[in-house]
Amino acid sequence: MYRRMVQIRHFEDHAAEAYAQAKVGGFLHLYIGEEAVAVGALAAAHPNDHVLGHYRDHGYALARGCDPKRCMAELFGRETGLCHGRGGSMHLAEASRNFWGGYAIVGSHIPIGAGMAYAMQYLQREQVVLDFFGDGATGNGIFHEGLNMAALWDLPVVFICENNLYGMGATLAEESPVKDMIIKAEGYTMPSLQCDGMDVLSVYEAVQKATEHCRSGKGPFFVEALTYRFRGHSMADPELYRDKEEVRRWRALDPIPRFGQFCVDRRICSEQELAQVAEDVEQEMLEAVRFAGSSPWPDPSTIDKWIYAKPIATDGDAVVEQPASAEVGAVHGAEAAR
Amino acid sequence: MTMAEVTYRDAVRSALREEMERNDRIILMGESITGYGGSYAVTKGLVDEFGPKRVMETPIAEAGIVGFAVGAAMGGLIPVAELMTVNFALLALDQIVNSAAKFHYMFGGQFSVPLVVRTVSGFGQLGPTHSQTFEGWFASVPGLKVVMPATPADAKGLLLASMRDPDPVIFIEHSLLYSTRGEVPEGPAASVEVPIGKARVAREGSDVTIIGYSRMLLQALHAAEVLDREDGISCEVIDLRTLRPLDYPTLVNSVRRTHRLVLCGEDWRTGGFGGSLLSELQDRCFDDLDAPIQRVAMRDVPLPYSRELERTLIPSSEHIVEAVRRLS
Repeated sequence: MYRRMVQIRHFEDHAAEAYAQAKVGGFLHLYIGEEAVAVGALAAAHPNDHVLGHYRDHGYALARGCDPKRCMAELFGRETGLCHGRGGSMHLAEASRNFWGGYAIVGSHIPIGAGMAYAMQYLQREQVVLDFFGDGATGNGIFHEGLNMAALWDLPVVFICENNLYGMGATLAEESPVKDMIIKAEGYTMPSLQCDGMDVLSVYEAVQKATEHCRSGKGPFFVEALTYRFRGHSMADPELYRDKEEVRRWRALDPIPRFGQFCVDRRICSEQELAQVAEDVEQEMLEAVRFAGSSPWPDPSTIDKWIYAKPIATDGDAVVEQPASAEVGAVHGAEAAR
Repeated sequence: MTMAEVTYRDAVRSALREEMERNDRIILMGESITGYGGSYAVTKGLVDEFGPKRVMETPIAEAGIVGFAVGAAMGGLIPVAELMTVNFALLALDQIVNSAAKFHYMFGGQFSVPLVVRTVSGFGQLGPTHSQTFEGWFASVPGLKVVMPATPADAKGLLLASMRDPDPVIFIEHSLLYSTRGEVPEGPAASVEVPIGKARVAREGSDVTIIGYSRMLLQALHAAEVLDREDGISCEVIDLRTLRPLDYPTLVNSVRRTHRLVLCGEDWRTGGFGGSLLSELQDRCFDDLDAPIQRVAMRDVPLPYSRELERTLIPSSEHIVEAVRRLS
């Protein structure tokens, strides 16, 4: 778990650097500060449980074991990226690992996670869905529609709310009448736990309880992780809405040194070993940046590929009957990873 | 092949029932579709046959329904989500456009979203918020397939094809067609299925081409009768059947013979589907056309409740007759 958190931290630092050099375009939302949430949660889940995240999604991809090289290449918009440069930073996904992606319309993936959980229940599979979103998403109607249906049909989905106190630039007090998001789960009779999102073990424990609850057929569970992003909403954020003192206070709770210290105190590993992890990871990330930078751009002649699984002529000309592409055959629904 | 005369409503229901019997991954979901049978009674009785796990009564939550269906499709099911009317589909527009239509593309082809959204357009003193139709909006979105059947045979055949398609299909029925009757072939699905993306020449003619779909196909056929009888004008009537993908070859071939074209729809003139169809056909057929393309569409007015006001606005066979006469 320590290694994963360091991986995310270094990946994000390099992504920010690449963004400053205009190698990465569009929006870039960094997960720095929140690493313990994705890492703790995915360590507690089974490897074949389904994962859906939001636009700040690099952490889930790496915590699920996606190759940092292919993640970075996606940010660079290259053919070797996880989604062949079609999705970008906000839409990493690797369906063969049951990591279904980053979803960038806030809250939209909340009913999608519920629907996927319904498929698991219907097909009598043991898999649980982990559906991550932020405190800002709880203001959207779709959050309530998704929770309502999940509770109504006892679906095996863990809703994980990363409460980082801000919905972009809006403070929690400006966007929600309650400061504890678990209160919103109560209206749907959904059991919930609040955990320390700056402590990877606290998240691990909460999500372990939550997935056990879901797997035993008792319906959905709501986990609220209290966390903080150390950087702005995106790289474009001047952070005028929060004071430096608050940021400093939260930075003191940095989950990486905190867990590192825990491991050293318990003699699980030495400080040298932690330093070695950081060094190894740094090499790995330098390699990821090199890989991304030297990867080919997507071929413009493939621009129409994947609009449809069963293609139609996109120039509006004759309807061409083509066999479904091989990629579609490879992963239809959750088939491949079962 | 044996044929049976059935209503459009029964044709839709039998497509659902037959495909559900064949494939247990198909589930239906929607508002009041179980005990109530759906607001147009299309799903009546299906919950008794297939149970509540396959015919799901949902909360009134259109965005949630479609989002849920997208997730169920990603999880390996084939959901057919009913949205009571296309007016309510606006609440689900985000899930249709940003979720269903995008995932196959934006995740680089890793998975598809085999999903059918069944919904209904139509009018009949329902007032401004319940009398609209938005097929042009859906048809403008790459990643969606948009189907609007006019006949019972197409309602059944195209719905079967939609449920067998790996992509999200917006299947728009028409409330005023549910009780219309027509011949529907009986037999194995392969022989009943109507492929998505093929238009149909519903009536052959030589003087003018009239393109319609859904209810406007019936209006166009009626107009063709009148024009033949009263004016001696021979109209070729084409049923689009699917708006995306569009079967341009069938349309272009017809215009090359008739040199005159009338486009019919029930949506608003400004921004309506006929506008982009006109632009594309003008490009493809400019040298073949002897007169400007005519459009029959809804005036840019919210459809009022009052019967007399409504009657003056609804595009009908009379408007089509007038449009054809303008060309002659």
